[in-house]
Amino acid sequence: MLGIEDKGVLAAYLLCIVSTALCVVYGLFNWNKGAEDVQPDD
Amino acid sequence: MLAQAVGIKEIIVVLAYLLVVVYLGFLGWKRTKSATDYLIAGRGVHPFVMAMSYGATFISTSAIVGFGGVAGMFGMSLLWLTFLNIFVGIFVAFVFLGGPTRRMGHQLDAHTFPELLARRFESKFLQIFSGLVIFLFIPLYAAAVLIGGCAFIASQFGISYEVALLVFSVIIAAYVVMGGLKGVMYSDALQGTIMFAGMLILLIWTYKMLGGVTAAHEALTEAGKAPSLFGGIGFKGWTSMPEFGWGLAESKKGPNPAGYNLWWIVISTITLGVGIGVLAQPQLAVRFMTVKSKKELNRAVLVGGVFILVMTGVAFTVGSLSNVFFLQKEVVEGKLMSVSGVGKTPAEFSWVIAKKAKGINVKPDGSPVNPAIGPDEKSLPCVLLHIDTVGDDQADTHLIYKGYGGAAAITPAAVIDGLPVGDDPTPLTGQTISVQPKATAYLRAIVKYTTQAADGSDRIVYECQTSKIIPAYIRGAMPGWFGLIFLVTLLAAAMSTLSSQFHAVGTSIGRDVYEQVTGRHNRSIGITRIGIILGIIVAVLFSYYMRSGYIIARATAIFFGLCGAAFLPAFVGGLFFKRMTKSAAVSSVVIGFLVSMFWLVFIKDKEARALGICYSLFEKHSLLLDKPNWSVVDPVVIALPISILVAIVVSLMTKPPSQEHLDKCFNK
Repeated sequence: MLGIEDKGVLAAYLLCIVSTALCVVYGLFNWNKGAEDVQPDD
Repeated sequence: MLAQAVGIKEIIVVLAYLLVVVYLGFLGWKRTKSATDYLIAGRGVHPFVMAMSYGATFISTSAIVGFGGVAGMFGMSLLWLTFLNIFVGIFVAFVFLGGPTRRMGHQLDAHTFPELLARRFESKFLQIFSGLVIFLFIPLYAAAVLIGGCAFIASQFGISYEVALLVFSVIIAAYVVMGGLKGVMYSDALQGTIMFAGMLILLIWTYKMLGGVTAAHEALTEAGKAPSLFGGIGFKGWTSMPEFGWGLAESKKGPNPAGYNLWWIVISTITLGVGIGVLAQPQLAVRFMTVKSKKELNRAVLVGGVFILVMTGVAFTVGSLSNVFFLQKEVVEGKLMSVSGVGKTPAEFSWVIAKKAKGINVKPDGSPVNPAIGPDEKSLPCVLLHIDTVGDDQADTHLIYKGYGGAAAITPAAVIDGLPVGDDPTPLTGQTISVQPKATAYLRAIVKYTTQAADGSDRIVYECQTSKIIPAYIRGAMPGWFGLIFLVTLLAAAMSTLSSQFHAVGTSIGRDVYEQVTGRHNRSIGITRIGIILGIIVAVLFSYYMRSGYIIARATAIFFGLCGAAFLPAFVGGLFFKRMTKSAAVSSVVIGFLVSMFWLVFIKDKEARALGICYSLFEKHSLLLDKPNWSVVDPVVIALPISILVAIVVSLMTKPPSQEHLDKCFNK
């Protein structure tokens, strides 16, 4: 797959893409969440 | 390098870039009204700025050129580090550690990473000890980045290394001292954006040139099936994981004690040492305290994940794929200035250093294994072509034409147009030739320099250097206009990391050590500024006096591993485990630090050789040198589990913290 025969390297290559997608999806789904977490300055 | 000297166009672009950076430092200064502004950017940073600053601080020239070059040597197995950088360094860090760090930092009014630990565990010692560790080790890590950046600038602009060191450090000092963390983060965001664009172009161009993703990987897989210089340590090709195992590996020549070493180097030192250590980097953890709420962290995850993929993912992939270009596509044209190494005896051969380590060419009785080369060198005998590619009658490119003896199978057999393969190329001296180097990336990255022989005379040596692989690839494979983009990309990568390192050093010596020791708490900005200047001076001295030291080359991995082992259990425990006690945190930090240092000084071969303490005490470079694999295992693999165990056991044995203090920490 993708020209990479070794399963260990192929797993690393795909996991890089999957983990980036996870970051993007998490960021989009929680784009407006967490604002209530703000604390007063004092 | 990219080009032997830059023209007026490059100078204008670089000056414009530096002016914008200094302006952003000035903007930071104008917006700094308090110690909170100077130390943690006023706790109100935009998520894009925060994510880019985190990423650009994380990624230095050593990640792009240094580790990218290592990928050129060892292949795509390094992508496990990219995965850890994204999943652990961004996703886990931002989603699980970022929120609690931000909240507790705000709640306890902490302004630095050591201060957060100290206030969570009510331990002044923890703040001073952590501050001292940062002050002592970050300048070493900064020196590694500074040396890479300045050597690059010196070669590009045709100025001396010393001048580059002075100018570069003064520019960074100006905007860090002036603008504080606001100035640092504003300029980081600009530098990160430049780096992102540069690396994205590099990836797309490389895949396009090699016929697409699958075709490029297939070509790399095929190329990796040839005999390799690194076969003896478990290398199986650039698209394969190294041979995995523990103990003696079976080989054609009998049991091989180094047969699994590469797996342990790639996984324990490169992947775990850097990949886990990032979680407890003081200059990165403090970024979580610069935002207003969890919302900014959520948005920063998106930017950070994509940024790190495009940084390390591209560096490691392109570094590996550069082998296809050098082996199959590169053609070097220029005037053949001279040929060296044609002969029949070892004294007549040219020797290219393939590995350097203290005492590697010395027998137990002190005599050299190979008298033709230096005591710290392992070299390949070969014929070298010295070519002038820019027309100034100076040989700037050194290519292996063919190897001798056992080295013939693993060295390139270059092809010169019009000359039968293997024939003596000396008669072509002075003529313009066209050569296909057919070299692997590592054996293509040969540099020439002068060193002193044992008798004090000058000795010219040729050495393969991984840090030259990416620049050689950019110069050979990429279009001319990209050289300028890459020049600014590397400047940005070095400056964004250095500025945060210097800021962290300043806060550690000012806020964490000076203020805690003297009890004076009203001069944070002034003291931090003095601390930053002190840190820069120390880093510059390291960069000047230890430039070719082995220990500097290992500084990035040492610092990341040390932070992981010393700080990670106390940091994570402090955020999530209310039962963790002050004694447990102090014990865990101190023991994690001491075990790491013991392993570096007495066990880990490369570092122990460089430090020389083990050899002077026991007359062997590592206490476990005669045991297979142990001497290449990274300290973090040993010290982190011990540090975690100590934190748990001591917590269970000591009195829990008061409920009142826990309420204060956890916002009840």
